[in-house]
Amino acid sequence: MILFERVTKLYPTQTRPALEDVSLEVEKGEFVFLVGASGSGKSTFLRLVLKEEAPTEGRVWVAGKDLGRLSNWKVPQLRRRIGTVFQDFRLLPNKTVFDNVAFALEVIGKSRSQVQRIVPEVLDLVGLEGKEQRMPDELSGGEQQRVAIARAFVNKPAILIADEPTGNLDPATSEGIMKLLERINRTGTTVVMATHDAAIVDQMRKRVIELEQGHLVRDQSRGVYGYSR
Amino acid sequence: MRARFVLSEVGNGLRRNLTMTIAVIITVGVSLALFGVALLVRAQVDTMKDFWFDKVEVSIFLCNDNSETASCAGGKVTQAQKDQIEADLESLKPLVQEVYFETQQEAYDRFIVQYRNSPIVDSVTVDALPESFRVKLSDPTKYDIVASAFEGRPGVEQVNDQRQFLERFFQLLGGLQAIALVIAIAMLIVTVLLIVNTMRIAAFSRRRETGIMRLVGASNFYIQLPFLLEAAIAAAIGATLATGGLILVKAFVVDRVLAPAFQFTAFVGWDAVVSIAPILYLTGIALACLAAFLTLRKYLRV
Repeated sequence: MILFERVTKLYPTQTRPALEDVSLEVEKGEFVFLVGASGSGKSTFLRLVLKEEAPTEGRVWVAGKDLGRLSNWKVPQLRRRIGTVFQDFRLLPNKTVFDNVAFALEVIGKSRSQVQRIVPEVLDLVGLEGKEQRMPDELSGGEQQRVAIARAFVNKPAILIADEPTGNLDPATSEGIMKLLERINRTGTTVVMATHDAAIVDQMRKRVIELEQGHLVRDQSRGVYGYSR
Repeated sequence: MRARFVLSEVGNGLRRNLTMTIAVIITVGVSLALFGVALLVRAQVDTMKDFWFDKVEVSIFLCNDNSETASCAGGKVTQAQKDQIEADLESLKPLVQEVYFETQQEAYDRFIVQYRNSPIVDSVTVDALPESFRVKLSDPTKYDIVASAFEGRPGVEQVNDQRQFLERFFQLLGGLQAIALVIAIAMLIVTVLLIVNTMRIAAFSRRRETGIMRLVGASNFYIQLPFLLEAAIAAAIGATLATGGLILVKAFVVDRVLAPAFQFTAFVGWDAVVSIAPILYLTGIALACLAAFLTLRKYLRV
């Protein structure tokens, strides 16, 4: 599903590569934690998957496509197959919960009837039934993140990328979010989650990929957050 | 493509950026109005050329007793000289379309009508005015041929082309048109820059929405469309203002002020306004969309 072949990314203004010679593969339907200190290259990894950045060297394959050969106008098609969730939720504050999720369908040209049908389904899935007409600022952090997950998942993407989705949430709420991500993973969606949350990683016992200063230092199935804590 | 969704985004965008939208509308309006006036002046010049060149004549003034030019050394023009000139004019057909001989009496009658308010009328006698041939040309620009044929010939005092006087007048109008055009182009540049800036602000103020759109895989076209439509709508409103201004110029400045004051010439008709209005809309909308498109390409990159 995701394949990195000897990928190096050097940003023009920096001397040290953000990623250096990273090769790895994530299979379809896997749940992968991406761990490492700030600046270790996690965000660069995720940006490369989304083709927000192009690698300096090496090749990135996502969903069977070589991103280096993907023309710019096809990038939107790629992103429709990848859902993305962030630490800061990134909801539209002037739209209701329903409209926030519907937005993702509307901007890719889905019809009104499709929107009316799909959005309630997804809101049910993430446990927000009955809150369709609330505004984001009326919701708790955990609920806002559920809206964001609903929006990321509403297109039924093949891959869900989560960049520290529990970073702003307390442990109890985080657990709920993790359960939700696990549920989404069980529908066959590949989940890649960058995180600092050791407790969650240790508890979930999923594959762990650790980056350190741009290098892949650990790739362990059923792993824990780290030894050096 | 969901029209209703796109239109509601456009409406939100225009409202959110209301001050800038108004600024764009007014600059587009003013610059297009100037542009329209420049086009109207050009139409006016064309109208006047059509009107006057139909009427212009080459006048061959003949010697009378008071003439002092060298070709009049032989005194008043003789009948033989006149016959010769007439025969030569005849031979210049078809360039020479019509020849009319004006006698001294006719010249005098015209003179007193023309200068009826001036005391000079009292001191002029019939004998003081020259006889002349009034020649109408099929192609007024070939005046030189006639002039060189008769200029300096015995019995001819002077060959006069009304067109020369008109040319100067048209040059003046052309100058005015050029000034209007330069100001209009400067204003259009200002307008483009303002639209570029407005789009930059709009793209920045909506970076949250556009960021999410990009993330969920909206196409570039879909992301840019609301911005382009906003620019086009603002430009269309501006063009409407400019057209309104042009109608006012035609109705009040041309028809109420200029036409009654200068009855000797023709003025542009409403057909000129009708043909200029679409040019204003096209120019305005095309410039706005181009400016918006180039800006967005930079600020809403994939």
